[in-house]
This record gives sequence, structure tokens and C-alpha cells, in this order.
Amino acid sequence: MKNYDTTRHVRGESMFADDFLLPEGTLFASVFDSSIAHGKILSIDVSEAYKYPGVKKIIIAKDIPGQNQIGGIIQDEPLLAENEVHFCGQPIAIVLAENLLIARAAKKRIKIEFEELTPITDPREAYAKGMLIIPPRIFSNGNVNEAWTRCDVIVDGTVETGAQEHLYLETQGAIAFPTEGNGIKIISSTQGPTATQRAACKVLGLPMHQVEVDVMRLGGGFGGKEDQANAWAAMAAVSAFVTKKPVKLILPRQEDMRMTGKRHPYSIDFKIGLTNEGKILAYEVTYFQNAGAAADLSTPILDRTLFHATNSYFVPNVKATGLCCRTNLPPNTAFRGFGGPQAMFAMEAAIYKAAKQMGIDASVIQEKNLLKEGDEFHYGQLAENSKARACWNEAKEKFKFGEIKKNVEIFNLENKLNKKGFACIPICFGISFTNTFMNQASALVHIYSDGSVGISTAAVEMGQGVNEKIRLVAAEIFSIDKSKIKIETTNTTRVANTSPTAASSAADLNGKATELACKNLVGRLVEFVKNEFGFSASNKIEFKDGLIFCDGNKVDLSWNELIQRAFFKRVNLSAHAHYAVPGIFFDKDKNKGNAFAYYSFGTAVVEVTVDCLRGTYVVDSVKAVHDFGKSFANVIDRGQAEGAIMQGIGWMTMEEVIYNSEGKLLTDALSTYKVPDIHSAPKEIEVHFLENSENPLGIFNSKAIGEPPLMYGIGTFFAIQNAMKAFRPEKEFQFFAPLTPEKVLLGLYKE
Amino acid sequence: MKVKIHFICNDQDVVTDVNPAMTVLDYVRKNLNLTGTKEGCREGDCGACTVLVGELHDKTVLYKSLNSCLLPLVSLNGKHLVTIEGINQKELNPLQSTFVDEGASQCGFCTPGFLMSLTGYFLSNNIYSVDSAINSLDGNICRCTGYASIKRSVEKVTEGINRNGKDSNHDTLVKTKILPDYFLTIPERLAAMNPLSNMSIGEVVVSGGTDLFVQQWENLVSKEVWFLEREQSIKNIWIDSGECFIDARTTISEIKSSLLLNKYFPQLENYFQYFGSLPIRNRATVGGNIINASPIGDMTIFLLAMDAKLHLKKEKNERTVPLNNFYTGYKQFDKKDNELLDSISFRLPGKNSHFNYEKVSKRTFLDIAIVNTAIYLEEENLKLKELHLSAGGVAPFPLYLFKTREFLLNKIISSPLIKEAAEMVQTEISPISDARGSAEYKRLLLRQLFFAHFIKLFPDRISLEEVV
Repeated sequence: MKNYDTTRHVRGESMFADDFLLPEGTLFASVFDSSIAHGKILSIDVSEAYKYPGVKKIIIAKDIPGQNQIGGIIQDEPLLAENEVHFCGQPIAIVLAENLLIARAAKKRIKIEFEELTPITDPREAYAKGMLIIPPRIFSNGNVNEAWTRCDVIVDGTVETGAQEHLYLETQGAIAFPTEGNGIKIISSTQGPTATQRAACKVLGLPMHQVEVDVMRLGGGFGGKEDQANAWAAMAAVSAFVTKKPVKLILPRQEDMRMTGKRHPYSIDFKIGLTNEGKILAYEVTYFQNAGAAADLSTPILDRTLFHATNSYFVPNVKATGLCCRTNLPPNTAFRGFGGPQAMFAMEAAIYKAAKQMGIDASVIQEKNLLKEGDEFHYGQLAENSKARACWNEAKEKFKFGEIKKNVEIFNLENKLNKKGFACIPICFGISFTNTFMNQASALVHIYSDGSVGISTAAVEMGQGVNEKIRLVAAEIFSIDKSKIKIETTNTTRVANTSPTAASSAADLNGKATELACKNLVGRLVEFVKNEFGFSASNKIEFKDGLIFCDGNKVDLSWNELIQRAFFKRVNLSAHAHYAVPGIFFDKDKNKGNAFAYYSFGTAVVEVTVDCLRGTYVVDSVKAVHDFGKSFANVIDRGQAEGAIMQGIGWMTMEEVIYNSEGKLLTDALSTYKVPDIHSAPKEIEVHFLENSENPLGIFNSKAIGEPPLMYGIGTFFAIQNAMKAFRPEKEFQFFAPLTPEKVLLGLYKE
Repeated sequence: MKVKIHFICNDQDVVTDVNPAMTVLDYVRKNLNLTGTKEGCREGDCGACTVLVGELHDKTVLYKSLNSCLLPLVSLNGKHLVTIEGINQKELNPLQSTFVDEGASQCGFCTPGFLMSLTGYFLSNNIYSVDSAINSLDGNICRCTGYASIKRSVEKVTEGINRNGKDSNHDTLVKTKILPDYFLTIPERLAAMNPLSNMSIGEVVVSGGTDLFVQQWENLVSKEVWFLEREQSIKNIWIDSGECFIDARTTISEIKSSLLLNKYFPQLENYFQYFGSLPIRNRATVGGNIINASPIGDMTIFLLAMDAKLHLKKEKNERTVPLNNFYTGYKQFDKKDNELLDSISFRLPGKNSHFNYEKVSKRTFLDIAIVNTAIYLEEENLKLKELHLSAGGVAPFPLYLFKTREFLLNKIISSPLIKEAAEMVQTEISPISDARGSAEYKRLLLRQLFFAHFIKLFPDRISLEEVV
């Protein structure tokens, strides 16, 4: 039995927000946004736009019935700019018309006057000017100052990481419908239905029960629709509320690119100290996070950067400082890895720089410092069930690190223009929302009287296969065929107070909740069977492959019959269950605690070839040993790993978000912002599942998989740099990502 | 402008008189409610909207994959449009089924586009190979899978299709259930249609439109548009007294696969695989590329190095302009109102001639060049008897490097000479910093690609160490 979602995808039958048939009278929205990055709005004149035939309404800030505020964690983000604009692309007005062409044409007639103010685009400049969103965050253990005195080798340096555009193939969008009693129903492409509901309620001035958010599926999210789907849903909701008509708001690609935030660019200072043997004694790091114009999710993202400061290594003395810097870019947001990749890239850069100075391979330092069982992280949690060394060792043996190195050396001796490079990259990623309260989920399971099952959870399907995983969970517990089970849309009326589908945790949290609800139902059905057939309490009732067994003997009753009989005997065939991850806590004042339920580990080796005449490169292979726990959906898990790796490679290589000094996005289309295509995918990608890994804290002993493998992509940067070193051994290269062909060529030739 | 457009969409006949400039993407999604075709970017850069268009030719239908977001409805006249819904049968077909089994579809938004490209590949080729099947996906972006599962699917499917050699590939595809039965009725149904040639003069001339529909699709809908469509029967590439002529409406795909041109440029397929993507090449025309006047037009750079001439027509008046004298500024060129580019010609490569083309972009495939350059040269007694050198991305228009040519003519190729010439090149260019790269980088890159021409053509005489 095939995966339901993909079966519909390949027939073009799956529905995305843009695909719903619309009721007569639906209005189409186009968002008018700021053309400057910072300034005061002196006047807005929409009168000419109103005259455009077919325009029905133009909404500006003062038309918002509730609060003009959509900030999730920190209340610092208006839905529509009113007095000031803080980034290029900031929404100012919504034009509603009979069709989209009219709305877009009318939008061009809006006249606005600004008093321009100087924008800040650089986080260090923002920091120097005191533009911090929250006070500095410091995670530390040991004593770095004391430790430096014991180090044989100390190096310091600077790292820059670029922004990354999510480029979900389906752009942001929502459709809002007025409902009876001044309510609103929203079909949204959001990872966080409750957050979307909350934002809509705030701008509408309505209690949460008046707004229903329904999510069918997303054409990709990657974090970009965790918080940032809210604005478009809220705009559609306000528009529908004001006009009393359905409103469709789907962002065209270029507007999506210029109006929404990206992965945070970071500027990072590091200092690392080691013994002559390569043992890391101390690591001090300061992260200048470019948060953009509003907080969005920047603060928890910064925290995750601080958590993952030391990647997969044990470092006894750490001081990590995080600075959340407000700039005049679109508010940057969640993106697969959520601050982790930037931290890990900096740590790896520090190791590479130290290795160069020490004249050894970076892999020597990497291997020596990998986390052992029970090593303490700088925030106080112990690395339990650590697979860091198991993954490294298995990768080293399986992929033959020694042979790779030899082959690369031979190739480089034999070739003048082309050089090969390789790099190993271990990863460690904590699984849980670091805001402890978010680690909860609910499931509502109905068994219908015909034996079919419908399941609603908080999980949003966005390609990661969570629906299929939840179906597998229910099919396993009920022991019925998957075809009997349907995963419903994610809907705030059916499942309330949801955490967003994020942090790789949706399958764990919602799978566990589903497991509980299904077990609950099984318990009731077992009781029913016992009563119905006069079995005793000690009889063991089991459901297997749609049949019922008592102490191993078949009971003359199929699943469908059982359900029908139970229904007529008034057994409750619906169950709701709630799951909260046990044992996690974090003290945000001391920055100590067990923030994570468990960790995900792995090691990859990346090989590349650089054309040193033209500065171009290809990724020859990425081979990883990854700890999936006990995967129960191999095709899905492998797909997640492969896709994450590709995104990580993109982030490190060709994906370059460029803003000019006025804060205007230059790479605002797919013609200028390049993501990997089929030809730039690694020629070989091999993902090996670590054997004998158990994880009781994950659903069915599996491990979360969405984010961690992205960080294997970091190896690509260092593999390319190693190839460059083979061509120009005397040169010092900078740790500025992405390493575009431009940076490679200038790196090789610019003196 | 009201015209009647008659075509077959999947298995249905469609007659419509909506705006002929409406994109096929909008028409199928909004008017036909076929929502399997997705809008991902509206600039031909993602492939989520890929459809197939079949045109009757000698009793068989030739199918091309095209970006429906860049395709005006009028171009469907008398043709067969296939969307993802048009390949659906009761059960999943082998391509669909393999995609599901391999997990080659995650969020699913790009999936219909991939399947249409792949179906187009099987429909338009007689011999199948995994590599060429993968090449047919060069216009499709997937953000979820990392392509590994897609490649595995392509491998399985390509190796799974056995042709008996006797059947046409369309018969084979119907037999193997890749296509529904109705495909076999299409040739007859198209033959029975009588599409009117209905494109009259309008204020905007579109030839291909793969750039115009990116820049101004909204404007085009509100204007009188003159679509230059070349019927399959009109010859496109021919030789006349030692010169090669190309009809301006010839598509890049037709050039790339032209047996005639490949005879003279053995690496032609190679050069033009970097031009856009397959669906773009299937639609973009050589004339469009020239008149669009992009400073980095791949075809223009190629033709400049062949010292091509443009033949312009205005009613009965003809005029010939050397391509290297055609451009006068950014998007400025020597073409009068109502004058149309009719054809392009160049002298065929002579004896002892060499040609090379170089292009570097941020992403190797489906990307606009940061810098591109081509060179043609002829040697006689070791001396450079003829030389044409072009460079894109380094000036407001595609550049012909006159000074460097003068400098190199009648000299003997050597490393010191090339090194000196590279400095001459630098005096002729004026790159700007933009989203594609800094001016500094573009200068360095052109130097490197200039060296690359000679290192590639004369590996025994020129080495990198000696020139840098």
C-alpha cells in the first residue's frame, strides 16, 4: 500500500492552498510593500488606486479592527506599517480586487511619501549602535580565561555565513472566508496553525474560538512558514472580515522572496585553544545574529546557536555569547537547523584554522574531541546514548577515509587545472523545542462505525512524510490495513493549542499522541470484546491484521464487525490524547538544563572537484553514516536525509542572498537566486543507517530526521577549500560562506 | 484582439476565444480547473508548470516540454496540450508508481512538472538512456528530495522500458501504460483540425517569449501581440554559397540538435546544454535572443564569434547588418520600427579553424551566464589569419572584442602573446557589479575564460602556469 500523499502528488491531484475552488465573489489580494528599508511614512494616497475598475477595497493599518500586531514571541511587528517602515518589502497596504491582475495593476497607483532614514544591514553595526532585540545571551561552562593559559595552540578568526532563501516551491498564501457570527475560517499554508490562528485573532480582535485555521498540506516549508505564514493569513483574514467576502492572497514568487525573511546571516568571532595533541581545551565565540527588523523567531534561533556552539565535540571550557541584532532587513526566521548550522560551521572553521596552524588534518582534531557517553555540554546536559563516535568509526571504516585521502592526493598530483578536496563532518543535533512548553501535542482519533479511521493531530504535512508516519503508527497499534486510515487536515477546531510543525519533532510528538489515543481505543475495544464474549480479565485479547485473537485463538469477528458491534453497544469510538515530552527543562536565567529529549548524531564525508581555471566545482559525493534510531519508514527517512544534505550544500555553495547597502534584495527571483538543480546534486549520495541504535524517546524507537542531516552540507565548504589549498597551498582562505564560484576564483587568484 | 483558438487539451477538444496572450498556465488552472500544473515562479526557472505540447508532423505528433507560465495560449492552436491530468489512468502509470515507491515526491509541488518532463523525454526520443533522461529534467527544481530519489526513479523507469524496435515509441508508451490509450487517436484528431494562421501585426512582437513573458506577462495580456510562430514545414537552417543561414524563429533546441550545425561545431550540443533548460530551449528562438539584447545572450555570444550578419526585413525592404555593429547600448540596437529580424547568416568554419565557447554561471545548468565568451580562429602558417572573439556580461551589450582581434591577427599563438592579449581584453570591457557578481570578479573571470579558450584549443602550446 503506497503513501497516500505521494500517490496524489504524482497524479497532480493533491490540493494546495492555490488549488481550492473558490466561491463566487471571492476577492483577490495584492500586497503593497515598502520600497525603502528605513523611513517615516509621511503620506499614503490610495485614491488613484481606488479608481482602477474592479478594485473593491484597499486596506491600510487604520482599517485593522484589532491590534496591528503579529509578533509571536516579542510584540514588535505590525501587520501593516503605519508610521515607519523598517525593511524593504514591509507590507503597507492590501489591494482587493475582482481578480489578481486588477489588484496588481491598481497597486502601482498607490502613492506614498517617505522621509528616508539610514538603514542598517550589518549586524555588527547594529550591535555597535545598541540595536539589540534582547540583552546578550551567554552560555558557558568551565573558565575559558583560565584555560587559555593551559593551551599550546590558540587561534582566532572571523566567520561569515549567508542568508538562505527557503524557496519552498509553493509560495506563501492563504484564503479566508467569513463565517457566521463574525468569525473567519482560514485555509493557510502554515506550519503553525495555532500561531496563525493567534495572529489572525489579534488583528481581528476576536477570541480564538472565532477563528478556524485549516491546513491541507504545504508545498514545502523548511521553517519559512513556521512564523512567517501568519502575516498573509492575517491579511487575508482582515480583508475577509472587512469586506465580508472570501479573500485569496497568494504571494507571487518575487514578492515572497522580497517580503519574507530567510535563514539568519551571522557574523562570528571565534577563539579556540588546544593542546599539542589536538585536544580542545577552550572555545570562545560571539555570534552577531542578523535578526532583521523584527524579532520573529530570532531569539530561540539564537539560543539553538548557543546550544550547538561545540557541534559534536566535548569542550570543557566554553563561553558562547549570542547577540540578537536588529537591522533593516526582512525579519529573518526559522530555517531547517534553526541556528544550529551557523554554530557548527563556526566550530568547524575554528578546527580547520587550528589544524592548519598545527600542520595536521582537521580530521585528527575532529576525531579526538568527539563526544563520549556522559560528556557534559556547556549548558549542563549530558550526552547520553551518544552515537558520535559510533557514527564516525563506522563512516571511517565503511567509506575508507584513508583511501579517499590517498586517492585525492594522487589525483591532485596528476592534475593541474582540476583539484579534488574532501572533508569529514560529524554532527550532533538536539531534539526538542528548546522552549520546553512547546514539547506537547495532541491527537484526535475517530473510528467510524464502518471501521474506517480518521486521525487529526497538530502535525502539518509539508513533504516530510509525517502523515504517512502517523498512519503507520495507527495501523500498527490497531493492526489494520493502512488503507482504512485517513489523516485529516490539520485544523485548530479539531486539535487546539498546537505547537508548530517544526524542530524535526512533529512525528515524535504527534506520533506519540496518536499512539496514546489509539492505545486508549484499543483498551476500550479489548474490554468490549471481553464483555461481549464473556472472556475473563486474564484472557489476552490481541488485534492482528484486522482480526481479533483471544489467547492466540481467533475470535470470530473482523475489525469491521467489532467496530460495528461496539458502536451499537455504545462504546466510545473516539479518543483524544495528549503527549508531553518527559524529563526536559531549561533554566533560562542560568542557561542550564536538560533542554533536549535526545540527540541525533552522524558523520559524513564530502568529496569535491574544483576547476581551478574557472573557479567552478562539482560535488562528487556525500557519504554519511546517520543515526536514525530504529527507522520505521526508511524511504521517508532516507529522503529527508538526502534532501537536507542537498539544502545544506546549497547553503554553503551557490545559494547567495544579496542585499545592497540600502537593504534592497538583489536576488529576488529564481533567475538570480540559484538553488541546486539535478545537475548540481552530488553525483553520489550514500546514506547509511547506523545499526543497533535504539531511542525509546522517539516514536517507535526512531529518531527525528528533518533537520540534522542538513549540517552535513557544511563539509562541502571545507572540501572545496581543501581543493583550493591543493592549488594554492601558500594562500590563507577566509571562512565566508557561501563559497560561490566567485569566492573560489577570487580566493585562488586575488592577491 | 479576438481570435479563436482550437486545440486538444489531454483528451478534450477545446475551442476558446479568450485573450490569446493569456498564459497556458493561467488558462489550464483557472479556465479548465486543471490544478495539477503548478505556479512556482512564473519565470521558467522552476518547471512546476511544465506541460507538453504536441504538433502534427508527417502523421506523427512531435511533443515538446514547455513552461506553461511563458507560453501564450495562442501557440496551442491546432496542437495537443498535455497536462499531468492527461497522463492519468485508473492505476498509477510506471513513472508515477516508481516515483511513489522511491519517495521521489515529498511535498509534491514540483512533482507534476518532473513527470511531464520525463513523459516528454520518452515521447520525443527513440533511444532511452538514464543520462539523457536525467538531462531532460534540467528545467525542474525540487527543493525537498535532493534529487537522489528522482534519479533512482529515472534509472528504474528508463531501464524498465523495453522497446521491441518495431513499434513507434508512442505505441510502446501506450503498451507499457506510460500513456493512456487516447494518445493514439491524437494524430488523426489533429489532422482533422484546421487551425487558422491568425497572427496579425500587433504592437509587441514576440518570438518565443521566454524573456518577455518573465518581464511583462501582465502587460502582454493587455496589448496587441504579434506572435512569430514558425510552422514545422518551413526550413530553418540551410547553407547557401558557403554561408549558413538560420531562420530567426528557429528554436535553440533546433539549433542544438541540428545535424548540419553539429557537423561544423562538434561540441555544439555541449555548448547549448547550458542555454536555459530544455523547456526554455524548446521555446526560445535565436531571433528572440538577439533582439532581446541581453548583455549575456548565449546565442548572441556564439554568433558574434562567427561574425554573423543579421538580415532585417520591413515589408519588401531587406537590409543586412553585421551583428558586431548591431548593438549601440543597453538594450539599444540598430533596428527600425516594424522591421523584423528575418534570418542570421555566417560564413561556415574554414580550414584550420578552431572554435570554443565558455560560460560560467553560479549554477552550471539553467542559469544566466556571469560571463560567457566564444572564439573563432583560423591559422595559416602558424599565424592567426582570422579571429573573432566575443564576451558577454562585461558590457551593456554582447561584446565583440575588436581591439583584441586586431592585436592578435597575424601573430603566432604563444603564452606571452595570450598573456598580453588578456590585458588588451581588459581594456575593452566595462563590467558592473550586480546580483551575478562583482565587476572585479567578472574581469578576472573573463581573463580566465580567455585563457581557457587557448588552453583548451592548444593544450600543447598554452599552459596556465605560463599565462597567469
